[in-house]
Amino acid sequence: MFLVVEMVDTVRIPPWNFHRQLNEAVAEELNKKLANKVVYNVGLCICLYDITKLEDSYIFPGDGASHTKVHFRYVVFHPFLDEILVGKIKYCSQEGVYVTLGFFDDILIPPESLQQPAKFDEAEQVWVWEYETDEGTHDLYMDQGEEIRFRVVDELFLDTSPTGPTTDPEPPANSSTAPTAATDDSAQKKEAPYTLMLISDMHHAVVKMV
Amino acid sequence: MEVRDANAAMLSNYEVYQLLTELKEKRKESVKNKHSTGQQNLNTIMYETLKYLSKTPCARQSPETVKEFLTAMLPHKLTKAEKLQLLNHRPQTAVEIQLMVEESEERLTEEQIDELIQKVTDILPGDPQQEDTPGDAEMDASTEQ
Repeated sequence: MFLVVEMVDTVRIPPWNFHRQLNEAVAEELNKKLANKVVYNVGLCICLYDITKLEDSYIFPGDGASHTKVHFRYVVFHPFLDEILVGKIKYCSQEGVYVTLGFFDDILIPPESLQQPAKFDEAEQVWVWEYETDEGTHDLYMDQGEEIRFRVVDELFLDTSPTGPTTDPEPPANSSTAPTAATDDSAQKKEAPYTLMLISDMHHAVVKMV
Repeated sequence: MEVRDANAAMLSNYEVYQLLTELKEKRKESVKNKHSTGQQNLNTIMYETLKYLSKTPCARQSPETVKEFLTAMLPHKLTKAEKLQLLNHRPQTAVEIQLMVEESEERLTEEQIDELIQKVTDILPGDPQQEDTPGDAEMDASTEQ
């Protein structure tokens, strides 16, 4: 689930933090910059693992702060393909079942990947697995807040960096590296920078049945 | 900012849990700057991740149990990813093992699967509450506790 990623960056320490130990000031700045943020094609950054190398600090004319090049390692949430995870069902919609891990929300199980046969109950807005046994069909509801075990099948990184100002009235095309068929304007709709697609392998209730 | 190696090492849930608890202790001592807007992100992610991890089996592990588990897994010839998943999830049933181990029908016989479950249950500490309640459950899924 979690990885260690090696990164290099130049950290700016403002002058009012000069009284602190360089290591601590650098660690704080790095956490401020990266914690709880998604880095494109890397994952959701959790916290600093350690600092491997601190190079010389420089002060540039016009800016009182010091700039230090830092080599460090960061703990990143990035499940590998086919990894099994356990999460809670956030809500269901026509598009599928949305699962949350608490610290990471954008997880979707599209209807094709649910245990078949499954149908969407409009009245209660839940997906239902019609489990066939010799005695008849049992309806297993994917209720909100239920724990669910799932396997990661696909991941989607979207480049949400701001696009430049448009000169013509047409909405600007999203960067070509975005692999989805995102047809909405990046200016209006908020797109999740990191989404996981899964298949649900087992529902906890079903585990007990099996 | 440059990413040198996007896959330097894999971490088990236990290691991340340790790291975050130590970080939380350190931050508790320096009370002054926790609430500034810059630190909010770190606070949020730490809180949520700790909340999630404390409900997994990793919260009850220690470096010794992890080491013991990995040595016990040596004869089974599992890949690193499979051992990591077994460590993080502590599977109790054969179905779970089949999910986590690729091609388990070809690589492991039924006895080996049972042996794996036994080792996992013995070496990795389980949830004390769950072990008290009886294992059999009703077929009625809609009224699941």
